[in-house]
Amino acid sequence: MSIRLATGGRLIDRNSTVKFTFNGKSMTGADGDTLASALLANDQMLVGRSFKYHRPRGIVASGAEEPNALVNLGQGAHHEPNQRATTTELFPNLIATSQNHWPSLEYDIGALNGFFARYLTAGFYYKTFMQPRAFWKHVYEPFIRQSAGLGKAPDPETRDPDIYEHFYAFVDVLVVGGGVAGLQAARAAGESGAKVLVLEQTAFWGGRAPVDGGEIDGLSPDDWIKKTVQALEAMPNVTLRTRNMGAGVYDHGYVLGYERLTDHLANTRGPRHRLWRIRARQVIAATGAIERPISFAGNDVPGVMLASAARDYLINFGIAVGRKTVVVTNNDDAYRTAIALKKAGQDVPVVIDAREFGGGALMQEAKALGIRVETGRAIAKVKGGKRVTGVALCAMAGGGAMVEEIACDAVAMSGGWSPVVHLWSHCGGKLTWDDEQSFFRPDSSKAPTGADGQAFVVCAGAADGHMHLRYVLQDADLKGKGVAVSLGCDRPQTTLPTAPDSVETPLMPVWLMPANAWDDLRMKAWLDFQNDVKVSDVQLAAREGYESVEHTKRYTTLGMATDQGKLSNINGLATLAASLGEDIPNVGTTTFRPPYTPISMGAIAGEARGEIFQPLRKTPLHDWHEANGAHWEPVGHWRRPYCFLRDGEDVEQAVHREVLATRNSLGLLDASTLGKIIVKGPDAGRFLDMLYTNMMSTLKPGKCRYGLMCSENGFLSDDGVVARIDEDTFLCHTTTGGADRIHAHMEEWLQTEWWDWQVYTANVTEQYAQVAVVGPNARKLLEKLGGMDVGKETLPFMGWVDGTLAGFPVRVYRISFSGELSYEIAVPAHLGRAFWDKVLEAGAEWDATPYGTEALHIMRAEKGFIMIGDETDGTIIPQDLGLHWAISKKKDDYLGKRAQARSHMTDPERWQLVGLETLDGSVLPDGAYAVAPGNNANGQRNTQGRVTSTYHSPTLGKGIAMGLVRHGPDRMDEVITFIGDDGETEHKARIVNPVFFDPEGEKQNV
Amino acid sequence: MSQLHGIVTVAHTSTYAFECITPETDEPDSSPMKRYSAFAIAREAFSGHKNWDRAWRKAQPKKRYDVVIVGAGGHGLATAYYLGKNFGITNVAVIEKGWLGGGNTGRNTTIIRSNYLQDPSAAIYEKARSLYETMSQDLNYNVMFSPRGVMMLAQTEHEVRGYLRTAHANALQGVETRFITPREVKEIVPIINLAGPRYPVLGALWQERAGSARHDAVAWGYARACSAMGIDIIQQCAVTGVLQEAGRVTGVQTTKGDISCEKLGIVVAGHSGDLANMAGFRLPLESVPLQALVSEPIKPIMNCVVMANTVHGYMSQSDKGEMVIGGGTDGYNGFTQRGSFHHVEETVRALIETFPMLSRLKMLRQWGGIVDVTGDRSPILSKTPLEGCFINSGWGTGGFKAIPGSGWGFAELMAKGHSPLTEEFSMSRFREGKFIDESVAAGVAH
Repeated sequence: MSIRLATGGRLIDRNSTVKFTFNGKSMTGADGDTLASALLANDQMLVGRSFKYHRPRGIVASGAEEPNALVNLGQGAHHEPNQRATTTELFPNLIATSQNHWPSLEYDIGALNGFFARYLTAGFYYKTFMQPRAFWKHVYEPFIRQSAGLGKAPDPETRDPDIYEHFYAFVDVLVVGGGVAGLQAARAAGESGAKVLVLEQTAFWGGRAPVDGGEIDGLSPDDWIKKTVQALEAMPNVTLRTRNMGAGVYDHGYVLGYERLTDHLANTRGPRHRLWRIRARQVIAATGAIERPISFAGNDVPGVMLASAARDYLINFGIAVGRKTVVVTNNDDAYRTAIALKKAGQDVPVVIDAREFGGGALMQEAKALGIRVETGRAIAKVKGGKRVTGVALCAMAGGGAMVEEIACDAVAMSGGWSPVVHLWSHCGGKLTWDDEQSFFRPDSSKAPTGADGQAFVVCAGAADGHMHLRYVLQDADLKGKGVAVSLGCDRPQTTLPTAPDSVETPLMPVWLMPANAWDDLRMKAWLDFQNDVKVSDVQLAAREGYESVEHTKRYTTLGMATDQGKLSNINGLATLAASLGEDIPNVGTTTFRPPYTPISMGAIAGEARGEIFQPLRKTPLHDWHEANGAHWEPVGHWRRPYCFLRDGEDVEQAVHREVLATRNSLGLLDASTLGKIIVKGPDAGRFLDMLYTNMMSTLKPGKCRYGLMCSENGFLSDDGVVARIDEDTFLCHTTTGGADRIHAHMEEWLQTEWWDWQVYTANVTEQYAQVAVVGPNARKLLEKLGGMDVGKETLPFMGWVDGTLAGFPVRVYRISFSGELSYEIAVPAHLGRAFWDKVLEAGAEWDATPYGTEALHIMRAEKGFIMIGDETDGTIIPQDLGLHWAISKKKDDYLGKRAQARSHMTDPERWQLVGLETLDGSVLPDGAYAVAPGNNANGQRNTQGRVTSTYHSPTLGKGIAMGLVRHGPDRMDEVITFIGDDGETEHKARIVNPVFFDPEGEKQNV
Repeated sequence: MSQLHGIVTVAHTSTYAFECITPETDEPDSSPMKRYSAFAIAREAFSGHKNWDRAWRKAQPKKRYDVVIVGAGGHGLATAYYLGKNFGITNVAVIEKGWLGGGNTGRNTTIIRSNYLQDPSAAIYEKARSLYETMSQDLNYNVMFSPRGVMMLAQTEHEVRGYLRTAHANALQGVETRFITPREVKEIVPIINLAGPRYPVLGALWQERAGSARHDAVAWGYARACSAMGIDIIQQCAVTGVLQEAGRVTGVQTTKGDISCEKLGIVVAGHSGDLANMAGFRLPLESVPLQALVSEPIKPIMNCVVMANTVHGYMSQSDKGEMVIGGGTDGYNGFTQRGSFHHVEETVRALIETFPMLSRLKMLRQWGGIVDVTGDRSPILSKTPLEGCFINSGWGTGGFKAIPGSGWGFAELMAKGHSPLTEEFSMSRFREGKFIDESVAAGVAH
């Protein structure tokens, strides 16, 4: 059993107890505990079930690399699955439950899978579950999905009650990792005057050094760390942040920091997580190293743990992970665990050292303490189910013949260390295999490079492969100074901290224990604890030809679990290499991807959620609409009223009322969302001649002209009315959705092609409120408002004029998108609401009726006016829509002209715009296609046209539609057949002129 | 699972030593492919799984082939497979610079659908989807095609009209889709938030027989079936030049020597431009990184694929339980198969609005794939100016779903010089202006 000892625990406050529950059981921990250490203090080694076989799983590690101890944390809206117990700081009333089992952690029916382990090898599912075909969807897949997955999903019906935010930091040097290497590197860089930010993922500084022991400048590591942190805190150019993980390194020195602000608190106020978006000129990754497990049979039984973790729990938290702990190792470092346990009064029955002659000074020290050491030996297998009960000792060289069984309840294993090279690798840094130390470390000649081709990441300390305190500090000091100099700072004068030299006997690579382990042992020797990948699985993958490391990973799922292979990757690679008879570096590694450990989606989204996710753009009249029954329609980032609902009306009734009121008397439209772009300069006319298909340079000041814009491919992309303000100034109206796009389009051409033209553009869409006053009584209303002459001589159709109306400064455009007498009146945005109120008040005598987008659409369709996005879809050229009149024949060029000369564009078979009317006055289905006889070569029904817009016209009392039909304009009065979306229902329609209403324009030109 | 019941587990110990897998000989394997089944697994279990054959032979190049396919991704392997299966052409080599299935085939979000608007697209994607339905049985390799349904949300009136149009088009194209109401959306995807503060869900285009599949398995299954027909898959072999005589292709130069061939198929996605350059022609393609990510796994909560195009994000849940999320392409061209952050941020934001529960999940991993994109964002399956040389490229962000249809059509094009499936995807369409543009949302209504 694991227990809290009476003394020890440098990170906990024994006097401050913290109550929490695990699987409903009340437990007590200490302030400073992690959830994992608190569970161990309560003898809760069994914490979860594995992914595939649902095998019992215990705590293996003490930090971010933990693959097993994942829990559901919190309840209700605060619930979060897959929380790593080893990095979860304990807080009062924490509620945790274990995952992936039914009915309980102790008795999991899914563990039956384990009985079939012989059949459930790597990739077995690729070889079966194929017959009968329907069973995959209905039987096999639901079963597999139910047994897979880990934590419980968050509640879908509540929103995350926590808030998140983004921070921005721009620094010269970012140091990731607050161990002794990070601190020394930061100090060296900081002394140079560079702006330094140091991130440490845990809540404390110093990393492993205090646990591993030793001496720095004659001080204990704890004291040296304290002193160094104080020195750093005193530097104004250095910022220190704990609980902040360097999550990912991206191109151009962009680094993500993931700061957990309230996860360790019982009562949360303020942001929970903060995502730091950091631009660093140089990154020093002092991210340390992670210990590797050893592959022996039963290495997944709860109670088998990394030797470093056992030492962490002892020294940091005062916990003995077992009463009798066997240590198994291939290196000297694990002896530190044995020694520490022994000194704490714990029983260490044996240290099993795979090396024939064992280790050096540390081994001697252990022996001197009376610890039994067996060299050249191995663990054949671990005994026990839900907890270790003993180990079978065997010779390292053999197949696993047991020479002795040793009772124990914990095993501390060490297969050597691997530098944490993730941040180095995220952005393209390459690795090199260090044969002596048996790990991949950064290849400094192949660093991640920035835009200038220079390296922008260096690794320092253990992350760079320096495993002893003395050399860690040397390297960190060197890297800190080197980075400062590379940034043009003076060489810092810090003195190199010294630590005593220590000589350790080299490790012996052990990728399988014992070396020639029998089949049945290999089938129980785990590589990936969470995903249940064993040595035998990797060997099978290699045997079946999945030889690339990526193939093996994907075939076996090695390293694809939530720990992303932090413990399993190197052991898996080595196993693959051995299977293929290759050297490890020839096999290579899989790709390291951000983030280093999983980061919350909430933090990624940051503040921009709910109401401020893509904030609404509001016209000056928005609040009036809201208060007056607006039925909203999202249009780009705007909301526009689709119609205004009055008491008891449905949407259709409201739309019809609005159309009829406008046609018969007076309608009002909030046209403020229409794009308004000022184009100004001596070359403005020339520029617009290139942008629009028609001639704009000849437009006279005071006049308006409707224009079409095409893409370089000739397709119609936007339309709108251009007003010439003065000789050098044009105001281009665009569609609501087109404003930003067209402005960008203009700028792209100006900046990349016609950079020498003297033209400026400004998007002034939001500077004006614009109200369309529409209908037979429109002029009367304006005259009633008073202040300017709006008569047809002064302000003819397609003219504009500045003036005042009812005391408001206005610009009045006489343009019409409804076929009615119509004025669009622009007023400065801040006067918009007052002007609208005034218009409504004055218009009451004509029943002035605000109308929405649908009435607008219907009225334009009644007049046969096209709508961008309805009649166009990115594949339509103006010629398809009968808009030849808007295409200048005089101009040498305009955007799209050459494209429109291509053979398919001039093909007479292209579908052309027509009007369509059903034979019975009903409304054609939106988007329906007209069929032609027969099928094409792919068996699809032949078509000859489609509906682009379709409405019930209240004005005409029948359905009207616009559409594109092959040879359409030549086929007037012909009846063609459209098919409903069921593929069967026929809708007959007659081809007619698309101008359904007032074809002579008598209503408009009064 | 049920097929495994009743099999007696026999304790089995051997003293078999730690073995090396020795490379196979270069000779084509004449023995027929051993079929995979539950019974085969049980049989092999008795010998400790020692006797499984290689899924595909390790081949060294011969001097000459009838057809050389460059690129052993899904499309290249499928092409080789259908050359053999439909046309009896098996003297074929598939040459791969890296490892098979290692490009976009192995890094996409595995969505399979055919609810396309334009006829040529609908034809090839529907062919692909229908082939996916029987692929596991055809290849005797479980690719886990899961027809769980694909839903494309309509979140603006404009999008509603666009999908109504697509539903009408699909009805005439033989593609089963329908436009569903918000209530039906909620029934199918209970975790969705219909009343997003920004974009309410107004309906959706629903293709019930669409879904997803296990991407790697598609490549592996085709590779195994190709190999069994005698087709050579040659990995770790880069093409360095295209050999030609009098305007006709005669072979390729590779890092494993020259290989001559009658016909050459270039199926290399992001590197199409390089190969075209070797062959002496240019392609209207750009390569851009496409971003994707997965969450940590959770128990099943979503049983279909949802695409939200207005806010640019799509999501499904893998069999392992991860939420698989696709985003947009980076705003610049590039060849780095790396994650970038700005798109991920936007995508996650949008999906949290659509699925609020996502906020308390964690991103496990993000990555980028390089997609080759044409001017109309539709692929090129075409003859080329070099006689005997064919190109299959430009699948952009939608290649995985097309793999079997693409292979089927491209094999026909290479074998017969003509295929109705590929007819409209010719290179010449850009010169003619005959685009196949699926992005109908070109503008937004007034």
